[in-house]
Amino acid sequence: MKIIVSIKQVPETSKVKMDPISGTMIRTGMESIINPLDLYAIETAIRLKEKLGGTISIISMGPLQAVKAIREAIAMGCDDGVLLCDKAFGGADTWATAYTLSLGIQKLGGADLILCGERATDGDTGQVGPGLAAMLDLPLITYVGKVESLTAEYLQAERLVEGGREIVSVKLPALITVVKEIAVPRLPTLRGILRAKESTVNIWGPTDVSADPNLIGLKGSPTRVVRIHHPQVTRKGECITVKGQADLDQAAQRIVDFMKQRNIL
Amino acid sequence: MTSTTNSDQNLWKDVWTLAEQKGDKLHPVSYELLGRGRSLADARGSRLCAVVIGCWVPQHDLQELIERGADCIYLVDNPDLKNFLVEPYARILRFLIEKYHPEIVIAAATTTGRTVLPYVSAQIRAGLTADCTGLEIENDTGLLLQTRPAIGGNILATIKTPDARPQMATVRPKSTRIPEKQPGRMGEIIRIDSVTHLLDSRVKFEQYIPDVSGCASIEDADIIIAGGAGVNKAEGFALIEKLAAQLGGAVGASRPCVDHGWQAYPRQVGLSGKTVSPRLYIACGISGAIQHLAGIQTAESIIAINTDPNAPIFQLADLGIVGNMFDILPVLVDKLENTSRDHIPVG
Repeated sequence: MKIIVSIKQVPETSKVKMDPISGTMIRTGMESIINPLDLYAIETAIRLKEKLGGTISIISMGPLQAVKAIREAIAMGCDDGVLLCDKAFGGADTWATAYTLSLGIQKLGGADLILCGERATDGDTGQVGPGLAAMLDLPLITYVGKVESLTAEYLQAERLVEGGREIVSVKLPALITVVKEIAVPRLPTLRGILRAKESTVNIWGPTDVSADPNLIGLKGSPTRVVRIHHPQVTRKGECITVKGQADLDQAAQRIVDFMKQRNIL
Repeated sequence: MTSTTNSDQNLWKDVWTLAEQKGDKLHPVSYELLGRGRSLADARGSRLCAVVIGCWVPQHDLQELIERGADCIYLVDNPDLKNFLVEPYARILRFLIEKYHPEIVIAAATTTGRTVLPYVSAQIRAGLTADCTGLEIENDTGLLLQTRPAIGGNILATIKTPDARPQMATVRPKSTRIPEKQPGRMGEIIRIDSVTHLLDSRVKFEQYIPDVSGCASIEDADIIIAGGAGVNKAEGFALIEKLAAQLGGAVGASRPCVDHGWQAYPRQVGLSGKTVSPRLYIACGISGAIQHLAGIQTAESIIAINTDPNAPIFQLADLGIVGNMFDILPVLVDKLENTSRDHIPVG
């Protein structure tokens, strides 16, 4: 079985700087990690490989430092990786990102199964996985919480949806996006780390994947970030401070009165 | 993949919302979207159209879409569309978009909306913005301004789609109230019958298994008692559970509680979990990270209990109690015990 996992490197902390001109994130010089939700996709891929045999390739788009994320995935148990990296890819929205990744996957010769995390913790869109499936004309199963069964030709999965679960099945090839519930990601082994160090991560630019220059990066993105601001929310309610035991009863009484006023009690 | 030329922007008009069917009727989010759509359509001087893709959709629900703001309904009703499958849904939506050219298409940021909209927008190269909390029309350009939280809710980004059409967005369920019914309001229902060539699906639907957990789900609860990092440990939720049971409410939790494993993910409130809109939200030991506040801002009433007087949660509270939840909640539980003898909780 040939498996591809699409991952993203994201900033580790919430202290993110934005470029005031392009409105996109400044990624250089930051401590970066594999998007935590992609770890579930990687773990799922490794478990399926352990069961059925085959290879797992990692694909990612990002700055050169994202090679580190790919090596971490290899250290967990994946086989090889490719990074789509070029200035021209920069500033891409989810459409241009999905387009670029779809070209990389085509150059890899496609796969029986492509896995993505539910969304990345920085952009929080969850749009690249479904977009990728559409561009590769693959059947798509989103929000997979469990792989019920998998053979060389067939996948049955459980989707976690509002109020319940859906069992669906598909003939491979297919693309699935997975959620946290699917598996607990493993840590890389020492042997894995050594293997990852020696493995080659290919770096591909626009010409390597025959990208249309008008469809990549900021230029190829239908959407534009026009403004970044810090949210302010306020209701200007009343506030009571409990200083001692005596205030406790008063505070609790105020809560009861409040609930009565608002017709909740 | 096909790339459409979207250059003639005058071709694109009307605002569309995507209704969702749940079981044998429309999901309430279908009506909620109309509130967003109505103000956009009014600002653009265009019609508001609801797209309904489903099976045996009750006439009564279609009428309700009209009474709550839709001028027109595109109805695709077919037994094969009983369950959501991305390929037929996407093919139908794309077919309708290419036939009728809506300027704006909005859907709920549900598992359905967040699957079908990216699939369609990728195919037709439309601009799509996920999980918006604010939608408005820019005065001078008439473009859709889409505001959404990013980076864990630490920032709000406003995004627009200058050239590509349609301008598409998913919006958080329960991020606005359902618009009032206007009995007698008139609208047009257009049935699209010639869809059999669009119904193939490589993914096969097999079964839906509803959750049967006894406790109320936070999305539907009228009262939510939520705990945060201040709860300190899983056992700390016992008091919150007790209060919730007393008030007939559901238990919620902030992200740190779920990350620590004190509570399960379905109870997580905030942008990374569920956006909620209860009549009363009681936040216990929750400091109020932006991503949490953004998930509760449409709650009718908010009570916050926290030891830190500077906690951001107090900014959003109608009633703030600066103090320790472990001191206050037992007193409150006792008081309610006595009160409940003469009052019957609502909802």
